[in-house]
Amino acid sequence: MESLLAVKDLRTSFDTDQGQVVSVDRVSFELKAGETLAIVGESGSGKSVTALSIMRLLGKGSRVSDGEIRLNGVNILELDEKKMRDIRGNRISMIFQEPMTSLNPVFTIGHQLMEAIRLHLNKDKKQARAHAVEMLKKVGLPRPEQIMDEYPFALSGGMRQRVMIAMALACKPTVLIADEPTTALDVTVQAQIMRIMKDLCAEAGTAIILITHDLGVVAEMADRVLVMYAGQIVEEADVFTLFDHPQHPYTQGLLRSVPHLEADDQDELAAIPGTVPARYHKMQACRFHNRCAFATEKCRTELPPLIRTQDGHTSRCWEIEAATIHYEEGKAR
Amino acid sequence: MNLFKRYLGVRQQPEADLIAIASEGEGEPKGAFWRRFRKHKLAVAGLFVIGIMAVCAIFAPWIAPYHPSAITDSFGEGPTWSHLLGTDQVGRDVLSRIIFAARVSLSVGIGSVLISAIIGAVLGLISGYFGGWIDGVIMRITDMFMSFPYIMLILVVSSIVGPGLKNIILILGLLGWPGVARLVRGSVLSIKQTEYIKASVALGYKTPRILFNHILPNATAPLLIYATSGVAGAILDEAALSFLGLGVQPPTASWGNMLASAQSLTVLTDKPWLWVAPGVMIVLCVLSINFIGDALRDAMDPKNRK
Repeated sequence: MESLLAVKDLRTSFDTDQGQVVSVDRVSFELKAGETLAIVGESGSGKSVTALSIMRLLGKGSRVSDGEIRLNGVNILELDEKKMRDIRGNRISMIFQEPMTSLNPVFTIGHQLMEAIRLHLNKDKKQARAHAVEMLKKVGLPRPEQIMDEYPFALSGGMRQRVMIAMALACKPTVLIADEPTTALDVTVQAQIMRIMKDLCAEAGTAIILITHDLGVVAEMADRVLVMYAGQIVEEADVFTLFDHPQHPYTQGLLRSVPHLEADDQDELAAIPGTVPARYHKMQACRFHNRCAFATEKCRTELPPLIRTQDGHTSRCWEIEAATIHYEEGKAR
Repeated sequence: MNLFKRYLGVRQQPEADLIAIASEGEGEPKGAFWRRFRKHKLAVAGLFVIGIMAVCAIFAPWIAPYHPSAITDSFGEGPTWSHLLGTDQVGRDVLSRIIFAARVSLSVGIGSVLISAIIGAVLGLISGYFGGWIDGVIMRITDMFMSFPYIMLILVVSSIVGPGLKNIILILGLLGWPGVARLVRGSVLSIKQTEYIKASVALGYKTPRILFNHILPNATAPLLIYATSGVAGAILDEAALSFLGLGVQPPTASWGNMLASAQSLTVLTDKPWLWVAPGVMIVLCVLSINFIGDALRDAMDPKNRK
C-alpha cells in the first residue's frame, strides 16, 4: 500500500551554548493510512522532537537540518507557512500530553471546538455547533449540549482530554500525532481514552503516531513500533514481533524492566544500568555500547547501521545473534 | 506478547463507565459576572457614583442651572438657594462649573487610558510573543520612557504643544503606555508557554488570530484592572496639571483648575465652597473607579465562583 506519511533521513538539531546538538539523527519511517505507529523511547530520546518536526512546530534555536517529510508525496518541509497552516489541524492533528492546560481557560468548550471547525471546514455557526456537539457525543462525554457552554475548569482531566481528541479529530485529519496522551491521566481513565481514540480513528481512517514510554499502551494500541534511543531508531518491527522477539539489547532491556504478574517474590525487577551518554551525537560508536552487556570492540568504534533481519524487522546492532539467543534463554527460564 | 494482553479488541467496556464521570458544577450560568460583581458593595456604590457623574457630564447643558462661564449677579458668595454651591470671584455658578468639569475629567481619564491601553497592549503582545530583537527594541523604548521623570516630561511637553483638553489627553495617553506594555508583555510571556497556545498553533491558526483572539483575552483581566487605576491616575494628573496652570485652561472648567483657586490664602481660609466641592468630586471619582477595578478583578476570574 502507498504510504501516507514518509519521513526520510530526518535530522533535527538544536543550537546550544556548546554548539549544535543533533536531537533526531537520520530517522526514517513510513506510515500507512489507518495504521497506528508507536514511537517508544526514554525521555530525551528524540521522540517528541520527531513529532514536532513533522508539525513544523519546533521552537527557537532548533530546526530540521536535513531530510524530507512527505505527506501524500508532498515534502512539507518545503511548503510555505500559509500552506503549512492548512495542513495543521486539518490534515495532521496533534494531541498534547497535558490535558489540564491544553484548553484556553477563558473560552467555553464550544467556542474552542467551533473555532477549529469553522476555520478548516468552512461551516456556518449553526452547522459548526451541530458538528461540535456530534464530536463531543462521539468521544463519550455525557450531556454534550451543556458541556459546549462550560469553561474548561469545570471539567476533569479525562474529560478535557476527550475534548482535545474531539477537537483534533473534528476535521477528520489523515494523521493524528498523540504525544503521550494519557501520561497525565489516572490509570483507570487511560484505557477509556485510548479506546475512544482508537475507535474514532478507525472510523475516520486516521493514522496515529503514538508517542509514549508506556509499553502497556504500545501493546494495546500499536500496529508497528519504532524504538528510539539517543536520537536514533534502534529497532523497528510490528508489535507482535517486537514484543516476542526483540533484537536490540535496549529493547530487550526495556521489556525485561516491565513488572509482570507471574514473577516470583524473589525476582528483582531488571533495570538497564547506566545512563544515556552525554554528547552522544559526536560518538563514533554504537550509542548504547556503554550500557550493553554484549558490547564488543567493534561496538565501541563503529556505529552499526539499521540491519534488516527479516521482513519488516530492522535493528541497529552488531551483536543481534548473541543478544537474541541470550534473551530467548532468559525468557525460557 | 505474553506480558501484555490486548483487552481493547477482546472485551468491550460497559457503557455505564462513561456516564459515571460527570463534571463538577453546573456550568456558567448567565449573569454570573454581575452576581460576583455585586458581592463588592463599595464597587456597586462606586458604579452608582460614576454612573451619576457620567449622566451629569453627558446631559450637562440640561442639568446645570447656569452656563459654566456665565457671570451671574453674585460674586464670591457662599451657598444660597439660587446658587447651591455658591459663586466664584468672577460670579460664575460653582455647581454648574463642577457639572461641566465632569466632562473634562471623565474624557481625560477614559480617553488617555484608551490610547495608552491600545498602544501598550499591541506593543506588549508583539514584544512578548515574538521575543528576540523585537522584544529588545520595544523594551528599551519603554525603559527610555519610564526613566524620564514623569511629571517633568508632561510639564515640558504641555508647555511646548500648549495646554488644552485635547493635548492633555494625547500627552497622558502617549506617555502612559510603557506600564501597560510591560504588564501585557509579562502576561504574554507566561501565556505563550501554555499548551493551549501550542495547541492553537497545532490547529493551524494564523499568528494575528493567536495573538488577539487567544492570548489577549487571557491577559485582559490584569489589563482592565491596570486600566481602571490608570483612569483614576489620569484624572489626578489632569487635576495636578490644571492646578499648575498647564492643563485645561480657564474659562473651561475642570476640577483641577477650580482647585487652583485655592492657591490664594484668602480663598483657602475664607471661601471653602470654592475648593471643597471640586476636591470632593476628585476624591469620589477616583475612589469609585478604584473600587470598580477591584470588583472587576474578582468578577472576571472564571474560577472565582463564590
